[in-house]
Amino acid sequence: MTGLAAQALKNIRICDFTGQLAGAGATKILAAFGAEVIRIEDPVHRGKWDILRGVPPWVGDARGLEAGGAFNNHNAGKLGVTLNLRDPRAKELLRELVAVSDAVTENFAAGVMERLGFGYESLRDIRNDIVYVSNNGFGATGPYRSFKSWGPIAQAVSGLTHTSGLPGLPPAGWGYSFMDHTGGYYMATATLMALLHRQRTGEGQWVDLACIEAAGTLNGVATLDATVNERPMRRPGMPNSNRSQSPKMAPHGIWRTQGDDEWVAIAVRDDNDWKALSEVVAQPWSREDRWLRAEARLRDEDELEQLLAAWAINQDRRVISDRLVTAGVPAAPVLKPQERIEFDERTEELWVTVEHSEIGLSRVEGLPVSLSETPWSVTRGAACLGEHNHYVFGDLLGLSEQEIESLQEEGVI
Amino acid sequence: MASTVPQSVLSGYRVVELASERCALAGKLLADMGAEVIVVEPPQGCTTRSWEPYARDEIGLENSLHWWHYNTSKKSVVLDLDTTVGAQSFRNLVASADVVIEAEPLGRLEALALDWNQLHDSNNELIWTSITHHGRDGSDPPSTDLTLLAEGGPVWSCGYDDHEIAPVRGGGNQAFHTACHYAVPSILAALMWREGSGKGQLIDVSLLGAANVTTEFATLYWLNAERQVERQTGRHALPTITEWTQIQCADGKWFNSGVPPRNKYEFQALRTWIEELGLVDECTAYEILKLGDQFERIGVLELDADPLAGEVFQAGREAIEFLGEQLSAYELFVGLQQRGMACGIVYSPDEMINDPHFVERAFPEEIYYESHDMSYTHPGAPYKFSKTPWAVTRAPRLGEHQGLVEHVTD
Repeated sequence: MTGLAAQALKNIRICDFTGQLAGAGATKILAAFGAEVIRIEDPVHRGKWDILRGVPPWVGDARGLEAGGAFNNHNAGKLGVTLNLRDPRAKELLRELVAVSDAVTENFAAGVMERLGFGYESLRDIRNDIVYVSNNGFGATGPYRSFKSWGPIAQAVSGLTHTSGLPGLPPAGWGYSFMDHTGGYYMATATLMALLHRQRTGEGQWVDLACIEAAGTLNGVATLDATVNERPMRRPGMPNSNRSQSPKMAPHGIWRTQGDDEWVAIAVRDDNDWKALSEVVAQPWSREDRWLRAEARLRDEDELEQLLAAWAINQDRRVISDRLVTAGVPAAPVLKPQERIEFDERTEELWVTVEHSEIGLSRVEGLPVSLSETPWSVTRGAACLGEHNHYVFGDLLGLSEQEIESLQEEGVI
Repeated sequence: MASTVPQSVLSGYRVVELASERCALAGKLLADMGAEVIVVEPPQGCTTRSWEPYARDEIGLENSLHWWHYNTSKKSVVLDLDTTVGAQSFRNLVASADVVIEAEPLGRLEALALDWNQLHDSNNELIWTSITHHGRDGSDPPSTDLTLLAEGGPVWSCGYDDHEIAPVRGGGNQAFHTACHYAVPSILAALMWREGSGKGQLIDVSLLGAANVTTEFATLYWLNAERQVERQTGRHALPTITEWTQIQCADGKWFNSGVPPRNKYEFQALRTWIEELGLVDECTAYEILKLGDQFERIGVLELDADPLAGEVFQAGREAIEFLGEQLSAYELFVGLQQRGMACGIVYSPDEMINDPHFVERAFPEEIYYESHDMSYTHPGAPYKFSKTPWAVTRAPRLGEHQGLVEHVTD
């Protein structure tokens, strides 16, 4: 992760309006790959359109607008400028910035960019080959285009919430904005695809990303079971997402062990796994011939789960998962945040210390990939409000120090 | 190698994918955007061809819906990598490829002299992508989507207020998806860099790492404040317990209230809707809603400080709960959204695909299967490109494109 290595996107500049996680998460990846991401914030509302700016979890003992840990995490590595787009002079500066940018990215509600005067057609008037990627819950067209969304709503409407739960209970859903993370992944993918296309052909375009549609692709097998076999997801016994329907496996689930809220996950893929597990369990019932075949284990899955539960409750989750893994059976403890972040050496390269110009050092998430020639790099925390106004408006767009200062005094930037 | 003028984003690129449930989505995302993705299967076919459910419940290698979903737009060749001929054909294919994607057990390809280390010298521009448990230089424990999500973090945050109930794995094989969601942007960035440098490279994606950085507040609260989040029914796991956001509506379907009404426009809209429905007398929260006119916006921190704000805020929640008792989840969702309030119906995936909004946006994708002489509806494009749209064809039959191997070998 040194600054000396080549960076895959070193010649790419992004004019970035994204925020929260669904948008900011995307441009964080582009910045880690070396793109110059210039994030634009509104000085009037002090960037608070992004609801994660200046809210807990705080970075250590710091407090205030710059101390939000989520904001710092999602915006690490980006530059920050302010533009009050109510003022025509700010709009002119934005036009100049678009003219020297490769892509414009945003996750406002649909229609906001048009109202600001920077819809796709206007952006193209400024730079014909611009890549424009918009990302919102329901997309830019259709009867719900004005509907609002964020992670939990995208998850509810797309089916992700419904498919996460146990029978006879309300949906458990995802206990966090899985679809803000994942919407960001699709936004990064879309932006890179469009940039690659432009690199090869000179042609820019607009990508209309609806987070809920991206989410709607993530339960494909269950969807096809309904559309091809007319077997709807909403049926007795379903969903049961701790079991495995495709492929069918049994036993397959999460069982309580000794300790405070401690659990182990076990997946018996086939009859060989079962044989190995039955020896680790070493109970009279586990060695009964009746469980040797998958068909029988699936048929009497409820009973089998109860037997396993009665055994697991007296076990140590780490000891049994180690023993099962050694025997060749997929198993793992349900790790708590501290355990996977502080004590799992397999993840230690993920947590990166960055420098923030106001709050000092903090830890943020890196990328779970390694690239041999163009490693990713995250070294700087999120930008303070307007931190890079002088670099962007001065060095990049050619304004003098005096001009920048007077724009600042007049509330334009 | 890429040389012709692209018709779609990735046309002209050849991707060789070693068939596996772990990397299938990465290949699909590239294939559906125009790359030529050749999925290499063993003679008996990819394991996933033997997974339920099957189309029309007819067991057969060409009928697995898992195969149908994850392998759209790809081409299939059969190679037995354990034979000299199969290995040579694979080498030839790789020599002609821009990208390789594989998620084989660690050490298998190296033992066959078919790994990155052995093949990249013959193709300097090759981008080789390995999806592994936690890195090519790590160990390779037996694992599935379930165990990865358990040790990778997501399971800890998902489940119910009652912690006697097991935490929950979110459905849909998202551990594999998330690794693919990091693999694809990495491949695209490597392709962009290669356009200028002429150099390929090795990309190593960690399944465990991908899950770890896709848990939002569980990680952020620990990294920043060393606080542990606790799972809560249908809402964010947080260090503190929050109020419900899910209600069951009159038709039995669930609804997510999002952030409840907080400003005078939302309180007025709720009130007006209750009046329009003729339910003023039945709604006990109605009178208190009127007091909402005094609030430009109720901040969450004001709820304790200002008793009236707290009361009005609660009345907003009660009014939504009341409406849920009278209306279907769909009526409540559309009615509140049309009045400016963010909320969602809890659809199943097959209900989402039939919703009029997504139908009008042409999200459902009809794919023709000549063996059935039928078209079936698949989930459609995750993004809409204005110039180079997503395009999809059915998943290939086993060895359907075997001619590609002979062509390359010649």
